[in-house]
Amino acid sequence: MLVEPISVSELTKQIKQVFNNPPFQDLAVQGEISNFIHHRSGHMYFSLKDQNSRIKAVMFRGHNQHLNFPPKNGDTLIAIGSLGVYEPNGEYQLYVELLLPQGVGDLHLAFEQLKEKLQREGLFDPANKISLPYLPTRIGVITSPSGAALRDILNVLKRRHGGVDVLIFPALVQGDGAPKSLLEALAMSQKTNVDVIIMGRGGGSFEELGAFNDEHLARAIARSKIPIISAVGHETDFTIADFVADLRAPTPSAAAELVVPVKKDLVESIANSEERMKIAVTQKINSERRYLKQLTQSPVLLQPAQAIGQLRQKVDEQWSAIVRHNRHNLILLRSKLETHVGKLNTLSPLETLGRGYSICQDHNGKIVRDAKNVAVGSSLRVRLHRGDLLCKVEGSTTHE
Amino acid sequence: MSELNFEIALIRLEEIVRKLEQGESSLDESLSLFEEGVKLARLCNKKLDDAEGKIEVMLEDERIEPIEVKD
Repeated sequence: MLVEPISVSELTKQIKQVFNNPPFQDLAVQGEISNFIHHRSGHMYFSLKDQNSRIKAVMFRGHNQHLNFPPKNGDTLIAIGSLGVYEPNGEYQLYVELLLPQGVGDLHLAFEQLKEKLQREGLFDPANKISLPYLPTRIGVITSPSGAALRDILNVLKRRHGGVDVLIFPALVQGDGAPKSLLEALAMSQKTNVDVIIMGRGGGSFEELGAFNDEHLARAIARSKIPIISAVGHETDFTIADFVADLRAPTPSAAAELVVPVKKDLVESIANSEERMKIAVTQKINSERRYLKQLTQSPVLLQPAQAIGQLRQKVDEQWSAIVRHNRHNLILLRSKLETHVGKLNTLSPLETLGRGYSICQDHNGKIVRDAKNVAVGSSLRVRLHRGDLLCKVEGSTTHE
Repeated sequence: MSELNFEIALIRLEEIVRKLEQGESSLDESLSLFEEGVKLARLCNKKLDDAEGKIEVMLEDERIEPIEVKD
């Protein structure tokens, strides 16, 4: 049976589709690095191999710039990433997002993978973070009711601002039941009117902090309508909850410090504002008073007659200026006129007549320019500088 | 005005102080700003003093109970 042919591109597209789904996404692959090239563009190209197989891999600049060790040929590493197809060559390759040295434990590996995944989903985006209230009225605390973390938090709150209400949501913070317990406490907190939540526990091993690396908890933190401060362990401990929370506090005590301002500072700041307002308003009133005084002492109000006299003098001065200005203009115009008349005179034919020339016209008044055009015996009119002559032509000569 | 939250009241108070110190408002405006500022300062102080500092715990059946905390 004949199969309908499809194009190479179409086939490649279908292959690509296959790779875009599990089990080829979110992989952790262990192998030895070979053919390592750190290209000028910043991207890294290499192969991962073991005794029997080899797979091409690429790690783009955006991912490899956070590597804290330089990969080199012969290293056995764990690459985290997804498979994809490079269509122009019909090649599949591993698009690596993270490289880990071999020997990291399963928990760490899971942590790095989950972190990478949630980051890609945008759960850590600063744009999704909610800002904290300036002065909360009721603080929710999700933690163990018997832990040191709660005691630390309450102590700091009391010291900074004893007036803030606290609502505690007890939860297990360690062990298998902890993620579920934390999730339930978080869900309960969403139904209350607390305006900020501190979620955390005291220090512990990586395994003991494991509940705060739970994926469901991370997603619930991201969904929370109330801002959440994570406060897990010590300053050096980082959990998934820290990345997804609206703010990470290095310790539970620090979280309490971040959440309430010191009451004494607030009271002082308000008193200071009041004082500055009083000074500013007093100054305003004084300056208005000075201005009023200045106005009432103005000459117009004190000696109106003198003020009017001054105005009258001003009018006179301006009138003189106008007259002066007009006279000057008149002289200018007259001299201009004389120049024009002189020009007209030099152009006038009458002026030429004055110099002894005359104009000869026939009986039609046409000016005669050529003796050939005048018959002997005809009459001509000759215009002189003063008066005309009526002449009869007695004869003519022609100049050639 | 009592519905204002503390932060908004404080920001408005600071804005009023700034405006008054610039001295560009008319006398009437200045006086009404001053009046508003005094009310805001009183409100902020009240909010600070009114808070009781209750410490409560949410029980599993979603009842809220006050608890005693030992230092």
